[in-house]
Amino acid sequence: MHPALSIVFFTTASGAGFGLLLLIGLGVPLGLLPPDPLFGFTALLFAFVLSAGGLASSALHLGRPERAWRAFSQWRSSWLSREGVLSVATFFPAAVFAIGWLLFGATSGIVGLCGILAAILAAGTVYCTGMIYASLKPIHQWHNRWVVPNYLALALMSGLLLLDLVLNLWVFWPVSAEILTLLAILVAWCLKEAYWRFIDTTSAPSSVASATGLGARGRVRMLEPPHTEENFLLKEMGFRIARKHRVRLRLIARIVGFLAPGFLSLIAVIASPGLGTIAAALAVISAGLGVVIERWLFFAEAKHRVTLYYGAEVV
Amino acid sequence: MTDLPAVQPGQKKLGLVIDLDLCVGCHGCATACKEWNTGGHMAPLTDFNAYGDGAWGVWFNRIHSFEEGDGADARTVHFPKSCLHCEEPACVSVCPTGASYKRAEDGIVLVNESLCIGCKLCSWACPYGAREFDADAGVMKKCTLCIDRIYNENLAPEDRQPACVIVCPTKARFFGDLGDPNSAVSELVAARGGKDLMPELGYRPTNKYLPPRRAKPVAVPVLAPAAACATGGADDGGNALLRWVDRLLSR
Amino acid sequence: MSFLQRWHQYWTPRETIDTSPKVSDEVKYTTCYMCACRCGIKVHLKDGGIRFIEGNPNHPVNRGVICGKGASGIMQQQSPAKLRKPLMRVGERGAGEFREIEWEEAIETALRWLAPIRETDPKKLAFFTGRDQSQSLTGFWATQFGTPNFAAHGGFCSVNMAAAGLYTLGGSFWEFGEPDWERTNLFLMFGVAEDHDSNPIKTALSGLKKRGAKFISINPVRTGYSAIADEWIGIRPGTDGLFVLSLVHELLRADKVDFAYLGRYTNAAWLVIQAPGEADHGLFARNDAGEPLVLDAQGGLTSALKTDVDVRVVGEAKLADGRRAVPVFQLLAERYLDPVYAPDAVAATCGITAERIRGIAAEIASVAFDQEIEIAQPWTDWAGRPHATMRGRPVSIHAMRGISAHSNGFQTCRALHLLQILIGTIDVPGGWRYKSPYPKPAPPGPKPAGKPGQVTPGKPLGGAPLGFVMGPEDLILEADGTPVRIDKAFSWEAPIAAHGLMQLLIRNAWKGDPYKIDTLFMYMANMAWNSSMNTAETLRMLTDKDPETGEYKIPRIIYSDAYYSETVAYSDLILPDTTYLERWDCISLLDRPIGGTDGPADSIRQPILTPDRDVRPFQDVLIELGARLGLPAFVNADGGPRFPAGYKDYIAMHERAPGIGPLAGFRGEDGNLAGKGAPNPQQLERYVASGCFWKHQLPPEQLYYKHANKAYLETATAMGMIGAPEPIIMQLYLEPLQKFRLAAQGHGAIVPPEKDRARIATHFDPLPFWYPPFEEARIDPSAFPLHAITQRPMQMYHSWHSQNAWLRQILGQNRLFMNRVTARGLGLADDDWVWVSSHASRIEAQIKLMDGVNPDTVWTWNAIGKRSGAWNLAADSPEFQRGFLLNHLITEILPDKDGETEPGPNADPVTGQAAWYDLRVRIEKVRPAEAGHTEPRFATLHALPSGKPGPDILRYGARFQEDRQQPERVR
Ligand SMILES: Nc1nc2c(c(=O)[nH]1)N[C@H]1C(S)=C(S)[C@@H](COP(=O)(O)OP(=O)(O)OC[C@H]3O[C@@H](n4cnc5c(=O)[nH]c(N)nc54)[C@H](O)[C@@H]3O)O[C@H]1N2
Ligand SMILES: Nc1nc2c(c(=O)[nH]1)N[C@H]1C(S)=C(S)[C@@H](COP(=O)(O)OP(=O)(O)OC[C@H]3O[C@@H](n4cnc5c(=O)[nH]c(N)nc54)[C@H](O)[C@@H]3O)O[C@H]1N2
Ligand code: SF4
Ligand code: SF4
Ligand code: SF4
Ligand code: SF4
Ligand code: SF4
Ligand SMILES: [Mo]
Repeated sequence: MHPALSIVFFTTASGAGFGLLLLIGLGVPLGLLPPDPLFGFTALLFAFVLSAGGLASSALHLGRPERAWRAFSQWRSSWLSREGVLSVATFFPAAVFAIGWLLFGATSGIVGLCGILAAILAAGTVYCTGMIYASLKPIHQWHNRWVVPNYLALALMSGLLLLDLVLNLWVFWPVSAEILTLLAILVAWCLKEAYWRFIDTTSAPSSVASATGLGARGRVRMLEPPHTEENFLLKEMGFRIARKHRVRLRLIARIVGFLAPGFLSLIAVIASPGLGTIAAALAVISAGLGVVIERWLFFAEAKHRVTLYYGAEVV
Repeated sequence: MTDLPAVQPGQKKLGLVIDLDLCVGCHGCATACKEWNTGGHMAPLTDFNAYGDGAWGVWFNRIHSFEEGDGADARTVHFPKSCLHCEEPACVSVCPTGASYKRAEDGIVLVNESLCIGCKLCSWACPYGAREFDADAGVMKKCTLCIDRIYNENLAPEDRQPACVIVCPTKARFFGDLGDPNSAVSELVAARGGKDLMPELGYRPTNKYLPPRRAKPVAVPVLAPAAACATGGADDGGNALLRWVDRLLSR
Repeated sequence: MSFLQRWHQYWTPRETIDTSPKVSDEVKYTTCYMCACRCGIKVHLKDGGIRFIEGNPNHPVNRGVICGKGASGIMQQQSPAKLRKPLMRVGERGAGEFREIEWEEAIETALRWLAPIRETDPKKLAFFTGRDQSQSLTGFWATQFGTPNFAAHGGFCSVNMAAAGLYTLGGSFWEFGEPDWERTNLFLMFGVAEDHDSNPIKTALSGLKKRGAKFISINPVRTGYSAIADEWIGIRPGTDGLFVLSLVHELLRADKVDFAYLGRYTNAAWLVIQAPGEADHGLFARNDAGEPLVLDAQGGLTSALKTDVDVRVVGEAKLADGRRAVPVFQLLAERYLDPVYAPDAVAATCGITAERIRGIAAEIASVAFDQEIEIAQPWTDWAGRPHATMRGRPVSIHAMRGISAHSNGFQTCRALHLLQILIGTIDVPGGWRYKSPYPKPAPPGPKPAGKPGQVTPGKPLGGAPLGFVMGPEDLILEADGTPVRIDKAFSWEAPIAAHGLMQLLIRNAWKGDPYKIDTLFMYMANMAWNSSMNTAETLRMLTDKDPETGEYKIPRIIYSDAYYSETVAYSDLILPDTTYLERWDCISLLDRPIGGTDGPADSIRQPILTPDRDVRPFQDVLIELGARLGLPAFVNADGGPRFPAGYKDYIAMHERAPGIGPLAGFRGEDGNLAGKGAPNPQQLERYVASGCFWKHQLPPEQLYYKHANKAYLETATAMGMIGAPEPIIMQLYLEPLQKFRLAAQGHGAIVPPEKDRARIATHFDPLPFWYPPFEEARIDPSAFPLHAITQRPMQMYHSWHSQNAWLRQILGQNRLFMNRVTARGLGLADDDWVWVSSHASRIEAQIKLMDGVNPDTVWTWNAIGKRSGAWNLAADSPEFQRGFLLNHLITEILPDKDGETEPGPNADPVTGQAAWYDLRVRIEKVRPAEAGHTEPRFATLHALPSGKPGPDILRYGARFQEDRQQPERVR
């Protein structure tokens, strides 16, 4: 699948944003996080900017952005629609929570409930994002049980890394959170490895033969494509990535996306506050980059069945 | 609406049957489709870089070609492909706007251009590559099964068929109701073992493909030399002629 | 409505679809010209533009269907390469620099060049045409001008098929005959990819398969028609003759011959003089009346034209002068029973196993003799003898350029006809049938004109420039025996060149051999690219200058094209033509009509659109030139133009012979005569009213045995298709060839020069035989191990369609296809870029591997590679950068062997047909640095003065929807 940058950024950013929202939406009302409005302000700012920014960039990918609102209509059947509905829905309780907390210093009662509600909706949104891909049968590398957990885990991981950074800014001593982060990174990494192993060791049950209904005479392969130049289908779904390129990018994703953030978070735990803050910041940036690469690969490595009609032997 | 219409028994299912045993790959159905539809319901079928490198455009029907089998026994198969008007079309259910829909009355899968936001998700959901994004209009387009021909009162009854069907020089394309087991198309499919494409995905395509046939081997004994006759052997050079010395012709 | 439903109604308004939009404001009928198949089309016009082009269901050629090209006619009309105004060259030839001029200046210029030529030496005008369908006009014009130097493209196309057929049975493959599609049970197709009967063949093949009749394709490549064949025989190129004669061998051995048919309709029993060394050895023994003789049952000699005499097929005859003579059949049997034709002997050469050959022979025999069909249809033969039924042997054959484009094509095609005749399948139910106006006498005559004395300054030529020679005395030679024609047709180089030799035109004109010409006038032929052999060299000749004068070796070139083709850039004066939808045309019985096996037919084109440019139909321009040059047939007594309205007038009013004109339908003042009749001023209106075609349906008793069917022969005579109701006798043994051979052996007054003798003595064999193609016999096969051929892509017509926005998307780059195993042997992988080298030069191409191709053969789609800048395409187009032309590797002159000076043309020795498919090549992988683009690539041609580049985004048809019932647009 062709990795459209707008989508790569959208999923990465909104994932992180909603992940953070999930954490503070739960953490503050339950008293696990400091009610300090300054902390609240920065945290919520990160959360809103990233999730809203992500949504905006996804709209860029549309052929008719001005009609984007129409996407809310088919929540009954379409995961994309559901994602749209939930993402927007998240902002209402989130807004109440933000206002209540930042202006009136309230973190419990209605405000607290709204926080929790926002957290649930945020999680739901990320789940929908994962399901958009996981529900697409024509793409073996997406239509599998590893996709949704990957999305959730990565969102949580980026959320936590962001949280650490914000906490670091506000002098609070966030060891507990740091531990959680290290755990989340570990889980996300394992899930990603599991996903990679899955797509490396399995392929779609479809073949050129099943795609054409041919094969009675023997092996089936393409002789001539219908058109000699690339058409929409190939531009959109015919993306191919060289093996060694793939291996290199995965390595980078591992280091930048998981190893480095983990290491930096460790530093943040032990280092002096100032240094800790820098480490946490670097962790966020590094993880962000890592997830972008991971997301790019998520598309680049996905093989659409339509390519069977255009010379691909396996998908 | 995006939810698939409930399927009643005996539901009308309009679609195409394509005989791969007859198609010679002339591209007539592809260009006739382009020609009709670029001025039809989904007009225009835009073309890009039309007169330079990397020319591409919106086509609802394309002719692929494959080779089946090996060595001297291999057979070239020309393979036209357009929307299969599936019964379980994920292209419809994934659509966030309801622009993509399947008609209850005849099973035709269409895109309502005025609702489409051009998210392309339906093209990802179609394993058959039957969705065509018009980057100029910013909306998705696709085979309409010539909905503006098959019911068109301005056309003579015999012309109320898809453009790709009426033009086919080898008569390798058939249009009809595959929901009706007694329709000509259904009988053809039954008789020839018509196939679904990628049945494993469960989209249950309406269009069917009739596989190429293998000619039944004719068992003719090799020619024996003509029986040696009194005057001459049949098979020994010059004398062979002798067997014709008494042969008379009349003008 | 439930809340949910209302909710959905709001969010997802149902689309209202107009299922009955108005299709068109107006429907006009005409004839397609996206290729030469001449299908009838129905053009739907809306808001002044073309909405839809579909097949005309009533048309005899296509019966409503249309092909990939035909359905893309809309885009041809949109082409940015359309010429817009007459052009005069300003830069150097081949640069594409022109200035636009007015029509009057264009015509004045042409007259200024042509008039003096006609007054001094008409030969100095060479007028050659390509893909046009108005050869009866162009040929007539040339005759009136007085030059013998006229021909169409037949010489590089398929004259081998035409000549072999017309000389053997008065009809031919090509589009002049076809299998009895409804009745044949076994159909063998030799070397056909598409052919001129594009749609009819497609429809018929599917009919065959639906009926369960067997279809065998003999072709090195398995694509297109061959893809759907029940059996594919991947023969080695150039060896069909041997394969077919091996089939004949098998049939003769088994006595599977239709003697009754041979006796009645062929010269099988005619006596051939056996007097080696004498001047008439191998000629027919004739009586004083000149009638051929046969040996009757009693051993006496009788005229072969007598009926109801019992005659012998084998036996020794003693002629009056005491010399020996034997029947044709005896010579034939002796030759083909020879073990050299045994399946085991030919298998290796043909690349077909002996078992396979025996199997096919057996199948042919069993279908021909065990499945004989009989139609309860009485008929009367030429001698007035009634027959209760029509019997037929349902085996049929069609063949085209896979046979003819070889230097042994004429004899191979003869071999095919021999096979057909031996089993009695010509114009019988289930066999191969003539299409009207055929059959004609074998050969049809008339003889070519242009002999000394027939070419006179200021006067028309003493006859038509093209025709059929019967012996050396008919050759068109100067007194000293040198060729009269610039292309050397009808000279010892190509004695039976019935269609001329267009492929040698530019070379000879450049070389001044046999003489220099002054003006080269071409029409609809892309001679500066895909229709020339050795293209790069041809371009050099077109631009080569005489060091003394500084003048081009070919001083002037006038050319008519409708689009910016490569040849436009190499011409001096351009006469821009209209598109096929903008003019009158006629597809005439005098040229290449649409007649069918069931009767004569012809058709027209009518202007559907008016040109938006300053262009004129070429035929109009030619007729105006004729009038202003004062060519007799084009002016009235008072010197004024005879056809003031141009071609439209000519079509209706011109008479070739009394009562015979371009169109056979609606003749006579009131338009109710068919074939012959006075000109009818309303003729075109009548054609338009009847869908732009006319057809005469033959009655059932005239549908078969046309060559000997009294009723048919009389009809044909009455309609002017033949001169007299005489039977057409099939020539198994071709006497005219023997006459040439005798001359080559030194007999007679007119003998070939030394250099031509051996070639003629060997190849002018009166009985078909096989010999290896010339090129392969001259090069070192180990150095050039592979055959290289081209195929017609079904969706492209020669060079026409790279300018077509839809068709070029389908095929914008051609690949070199080769056998997977062969490639592996050469260490090549799919998509590799390779050097393809012939004895002459090398090109670079990208390969594609397949299984369905003969292991010794590589092939590609024809004419896809283009010259950068031509066709008004952007310079980065795949047609220039990656597509390639095989022509660069093919030479019009043979590679010389052991230092001989004049190796002679790369052509069939009998007809001069260009031997495109004799090409042999070697393939090597390119260095990595060289990969990714084709070679050679030429300098980009300049854009034409008012040639705007085509739009990047085409939204054709959007406007047709403006009036549609819009679904409510919700923002
Ligand atoms: N390698 C290889 N070369 C081949 C062949 C092959 O099989 N292999 N085939 C050979 C054969 S059989 C043939 S017939 C030739 C064909 O070759 P050509 O006879 O040269 O045919 P085209 O290449 O189509 O060129 C015809 C020209 O007519 C122009 N034209 C199109 N429509 C019109 C019109 O309406 N009016 C006018 N005035 N011009 C028009 C086109 O623009 C084009 O420039 O190619 C030969 N060349
Ligand atoms: N679509 C389309 N139709 C056309 C044309 C076009 O350009 N495009 N051109 C028109 C013209 S001008 C012509 S002359 C006709 C030509 O009509 P065809 O004769 O069908 O044209 P070719 O492509 O030359 O076909 C030659 C076939 O013979 C095979 N072949 C080559 N060598 C041999 C051999 O030695 N033995 C055998 N058995 N087969 C061999 C080739 O693989 C190829 O399939 O087509 C006409 N129709
Ligand atoms: S073929 Fe593709 S576009 Fe057509 S209905 Fe099926 S899934 Fe949808
Ligand atoms: S592109 Fe249009 S039709 Fe396709 S899913 Fe998106 S909105 Fe629906
Ligand atoms: S049914 Fe109509 S729209 Fe669909 S492929 Fe055929 S011609 Fe095109
Ligand atoms: S028109 Fe018929 S023969 Fe031609 S490509 Fe289409 S299906 Fe095949
Ligand atoms: S075969 Fe195709 S291009 Fe040729 S005349 Fe017929 S419809 Fe036109
Ligand atoms: Mo040709």
